[in-house]
Amino acid sequence: MSDRAPALIRVRGLSHTYEPGAGEPVPALRGVDLDVHRGECIALIGGNGSGKSTLAKHLNALLLPTAGEVIVDGLDTRDRDAVWAVRQRVGMIFEHPDDQLIAAVVEEDVAFGCENLGLPPTEIRSRVDEALRTVGLEALRRRPPHLLSGGQKQRVAIAGVLAMRPRCLVLDEATSMLDPAGQREVMETVLRLRDEGLALVLITHSMEEAALADRVVVLAGGTVALSGTPSDVFARDDVLRRLRLEAPPIVALARGLAAAGVPLPPGLLTAPQLADAVAAAYRRGRGGA
Amino acid sequence: MDFLRGLMLGQYVPAESPVHRLDPRTKILGTMWLVGVLFATRSLAGLVVLTAFLGGVLAAGRIAPAYAVRGLRPVFWLVGIAVVFQVLFGDSGGHVLFRRGPLVVTRENLAAGAFYGYRLILLVAATTVMTFTTSSVELTDGLERLLRPFRRVGVPAHELALMMTIALRFIPTLFEETETIMKAQMARGAEFARGSLVARARALIPLLVPLFVGAFRRADALALAMEARGYRGGEHRTRMKELRVAVRDYVAAGMLLVVAAIVLLPPSVWRAVAGR
Ligand SMILES: Nc1ncnc2c1ncn2[C@@H]1O[C@H](COP(=O)(O)OP(=O)(O)OP(=O)(O)O)[C@@H](O)[C@H]1O
Ligand SMILES: [Mg+2]
Repeated sequence: MSDRAPALIRVRGLSHTYEPGAGEPVPALRGVDLDVHRGECIALIGGNGSGKSTLAKHLNALLLPTAGEVIVDGLDTRDRDAVWAVRQRVGMIFEHPDDQLIAAVVEEDVAFGCENLGLPPTEIRSRVDEALRTVGLEALRRRPPHLLSGGQKQRVAIAGVLAMRPRCLVLDEATSMLDPAGQREVMETVLRLRDEGLALVLITHSMEEAALADRVVVLAGGTVALSGTPSDVFARDDVLRRLRLEAPPIVALARGLAAAGVPLPPGLLTAPQLADAVAAAYRRGRGGA
Repeated sequence: MDFLRGLMLGQYVPAESPVHRLDPRTKILGTMWLVGVLFATRSLAGLVVLTAFLGGVLAAGRIAPAYAVRGLRPVFWLVGIAVVFQVLFGDSGGHVLFRRGPLVVTRENLAAGAFYGYRLILLVAATTVMTFTTSSVELTDGLERLLRPFRRVGVPAHELALMMTIALRFIPTLFEETETIMKAQMARGAEFARGSLVARARALIPLLVPLFVGAFRRADALALAMEARGYRGGEHRTRMKELRVAVRDYVAAGMLLVVAAIVLLPPSVWRAVAGR
């Protein structure tokens, strides 16, 4: 893992135990290791309560380790003086579009993070303009957030984080409240950002979204149960089923077709890939006949 | 469900106008000044001058008069009640216009009721003109800056401004949520608009409980989102938009002084001064 440049985020032996005021302590993470490299997209999947959100909150020091360590760009999240630098480097987008917009005007909201960084006004102005352009919302800059669609609200939230010039974006089920058009809107935006070098941690219950990542990490009971490329992880049907997860329908369909004798290459993840492979197989079949 | 919308007084009307461009501090202090003048004036002529002035500000702010009147509609009820109270329970004595049993209407009370009602409408109109032409962000920024000198005596200027920002941001969202819950409850047979007052109040309980629970959950989530974006209180913070006093703010202040002079000085004040 250390053959490349040092990881942007390095999680080692991370454990977290919630100590609620009443009741038993809840061990939510137990010895998690994870590396997030620059420009890499990681999908974090797992059943409800498997610890995904808890892990996400450790990545920008919203929670601190009970044991183990989280190093972001060389900064230890337990270092009190580093907290603000860590939060500038790792941005978070949450599930509910309505619960993360603070100001009553889009551009004011986008400016919020930069204002917290204490940047000079002209610098904030230019960063806000740039961020709004990046997510394609410059026309809505003066709108109140409550008049935006869910997808647009999430893009405003992304712009607010981008304006802080982060190295990594963590999306905790950021598309789960959106309709398919809104989901596509948000996914296209963040994948474009990944191509520009931003690291992405994509927490999702949608296996189709996870299939778009470079690497899939499966959490179960607060530990990493599986980790690898999407095709590797989705090939482990046995483990996934035990964790009450399942491969995306396209993967299952490809597997079914292969089992029925259609000659398909392994590792098909998306509908276009499968369509191409089936068409190729069909053409080959006809040519051979 | 439109009655909820009707409660929202003076929603900001985005436009490019000299009034919109004024520093929010000028508008806040100017409005307070006008309210003071309104309370100080005793003459109908004074109210007429102030009406003309507010009409002028409205025109300069590119606000359609019909829109402004619509914004005032919820106040008319209040004014009606105030006038009725003044007429029924004002001073006894004077020219009796109408008498039936304990009910006495005098000309003086009627005139006073009309005067106070008119003044109340102007009062709301003055603040509405401000909120029409000042976005909530500018308003809170202005307020924060005005309160900043009082921080030394313990006024949490930044925190107050932030609370106001968030409240203003979430009022429309909470209204939407209320509508959704009401519709859901009505689909299950709840009645909000019928029955006795007690029955109606009781019908509101299943509405308020989810609303409050939702609001607290939201407050939690919002605090987390703010922390995630590096919020750590007012220290270290800068603003994208700095407030700057321009020439037009001095012009506006001058106009406010002139209006006050016209309204307050002649002729009653002169007479009082001369009477000494
Ligand atoms: N504030 C908290 N106090 C106590 N326990 C908590 C708290 N937050 C989470 N937990 C517990 O920690 C465990 C992991 O929760 P977490 O929210 O990280 O799961 P998740 O994978 O994000 O689940 P989901 O898919 O439902 O979002 C769960 O058992 C949960 O009940
Ligand atoms: Mg979660």
